[in-house]
Amino acid sequence: MRKNSLGRLTITDVVMFAVGLGLAGVIVAGSAATLSSGKYTLAQWQDLFIFGLAQGSIYALIALGYTLVYGVLRMINFAHSEVFMSGPYTAYFFARYMFNIGFLQAYPVAGLLIVSAISMLTSMAIALTVERIAYRPLRKAPRLVPLITAIGASFFLQYTFRGLYGSGIDRYPELAILKGSISVLGVRVLVTQALVIVAAAVFMGLLYAFVMLSKTGKAMRAVSEDKETAQLMGIDVDRIITTTFALGGALAGAAGVLYALIFGQVQFYMGFVPGIKAFTAAVLGGIGNVPGAMVGGLFLGVFESVGPSLFLDGLGIPAPNQLKDAIAFTMLVFVLIFRPSGILGERLATKKA
Amino acid sequence: MSILVLENIHTYYGEIHALRGVSLSVEEGEIVTLIGGNGAGKSTTLNTISGLLQPRRGSIRLYNEDLSNFKAHEIVAKGVVQVPEGRRVFGRLTVAENLEMGAFTRPLRSEIAQSLEQVFTLFPRLKEREGQLAGTLSGGEQQMLAMGRALMAKPKVLLLDEPSMGLAPVLVDSIFDTIRKLHALGTTILLVEQNARMALQVADRGYVLQTGEIILTDKAAALRENESVQKAYLGVL
Repeated sequence: MRKNSLGRLTITDVVMFAVGLGLAGVIVAGSAATLSSGKYTLAQWQDLFIFGLAQGSIYALIALGYTLVYGVLRMINFAHSEVFMSGPYTAYFFARYMFNIGFLQAYPVAGLLIVSAISMLTSMAIALTVERIAYRPLRKAPRLVPLITAIGASFFLQYTFRGLYGSGIDRYPELAILKGSISVLGVRVLVTQALVIVAAAVFMGLLYAFVMLSKTGKAMRAVSEDKETAQLMGIDVDRIITTTFALGGALAGAAGVLYALIFGQVQFYMGFVPGIKAFTAAVLGGIGNVPGAMVGGLFLGVFESVGPSLFLDGLGIPAPNQLKDAIAFTMLVFVLIFRPSGILGERLATKKA
Repeated sequence: MSILVLENIHTYYGEIHALRGVSLSVEEGEIVTLIGGNGAGKSTTLNTISGLLQPRRGSIRLYNEDLSNFKAHEIVAKGVVQVPEGRRVFGRLTVAENLEMGAFTRPLRSEIAQSLEQVFTLFPRLKEREGQLAGTLSGGEQQMLAMGRALMAKPKVLLLDEPSMGLAPVLVDSIFDTIRKLHALGTTILLVEQNARMALQVADRGYVLQTGEIILTDKAAALRENESVQKAYLGVL
C-alpha cells in the first residue's frame, strides 16, 4: 500500500485500496464465473485475443506519436487524432481511383504500398504544419497555452476535413487478397488482422532501432533529457522537434491505413476514439517512454477486446462488449491512481516535469 | 593572437541588467579565468558567449567573425564549446552515447574515432564505463564525462563553468590536473570558478567580475598578490 510523504496512511489511501481490492475481486469472480459457465469456446477466446492484438497494434502506433512528442516537448499533442485521420481519409480517394481504373485489383500489393505511402506522407505533412503554426510560436509560453491550441487545432482539422471530404462515411474498396483467413500454429487468423499485426510490428521495430541506434535518435533522447545542454552539444533542437513530429505523423498515417484495413471505412470523425484510446495507451505504458507506448497499446487492445466478455459475462451483464470503452477508461483511472508513472515509466513526480 | 574577444557586452534577464559592458579577450593557448562572487555574472558571460543568451549590445568575435547573431548550436560548430555548470551529462544515455553527442557537429567518423581515443587516454575511467548509463556515474566521473564530451567537439575555445563545484577536495585536484594537461596540449580555455585560489594557480591571466562589470584584470600571479583580491576571493585576512 502506498503511503504519503509523511509515511502515514490517510483515509484516502485506505478507501482507494479497498476500492481497488473490491474491483480486483469483481474481476476475479466475473472471470471465474465466465470460464466455468463454458459459454465461450477456446476458438472464440482466440478470436477475441487476436482481434485485440490487431486493434492494440494500431493503438500502439498512434501512441508512439503522443509519447515521442511528449518526450521532446513535455506536451500532449491533442491534434494527433486528426493527424491519424487525415492520412487514411486522403489516401481513400487515391484507393478508390486506383480501384475504379482496375489498378488495385491487378496489382494489389503495389496498390496497398502506394495507399500507405500517401497516407503516411499526408499525416506527416499535417503533423509538421500543426507543429510549425500552432506549437512553435508558443514554445516559451506557459504549458497550458499549447494545450489549448492543440485542442483548437484538433477541431480545426476535423472540420476542415469535413468541409473538404464531406461528413458521410466512405468505404475503402475491398481487395480479394485480403479476404479469408490463414492458420498460424493452429489458430485461425483473418488475413487483414495478420497483416495489421505484422506491419505494425515492423514499424515499431524500425522506430525503436532508429531511436536507439541512429545519431538523430540519440539526439532525440538527449533533447528529451535536457534541451539546453543538447544545444551546447551543437544539436539543433528545432530540427530534432521537427523530426519527432514527422516520425509520429508517419506512424499515425501507417496506423490509419491499418485501421481502414480492419474496419473498412473512413470519416472525418474517425480519429477521435482511437486517438483518445492511444493517448490512454501511452499513459498506461508510461508517457515519454517508447517501449511503454508499444506495451501499453497492445495491452489496452487485448484488455478491451477480451476483458468485457471475460469479466462481465459471468456476472450476468448483458451485451458486455458495449462496455469495452467503459472498461478501458476505468483501467486508465486506476492506473493513474495506483501507478501514475505507467507500466514502464519512471516516477515523474521526482523529475522536473 | 586573440581567438575570442568580447567587447562591451550587455546582457539582460528580462529587465535585470546582468552584464554591464563586459570586455575580455582570450589568446591562443591561454588559460584565462573569470573569478567573482555569487551572482557576479560569470555563468551569464559564458552563456552569452555560447549563444544561450542574446546580448542586447556589444560584440563577440571568434577569429574576427561576429558570433552574436548565431544560434547556440551553430556556435558549437564554430568551435566554442561549453562544459556547463553542474556537469549536465545525459543520465539516460550511456557514456559512449554522451561522447558521441559531444561530436554531434563533426561529420568525419575517422576524426571522431581519433578524438575518442584522446579522450579515453585522458580519462581511462570513461573507457572502463563506456557502456554504462551516465546517470549511474559518480560526481567525479560525471565531471570527467562532461569534459570529455566537450573535447569530442574539438573545441578552438573551451569554456569551463565551475568544474570543481560539488566535488570532494581530492577530485578537485584531479580536475585541475586535467586542466593543466589540456593546457599542455595547447587547448585554449576560459575558466569560470568560485574556487579562485585554484583557478589563479592554473591560469595565465584573470578577470575579476563584480555585479556584471569587470573591475580588475591582470596576470594570474599578480592577481594572487593583489590585496583586494586576497581579501574578497582568497580568504586572506
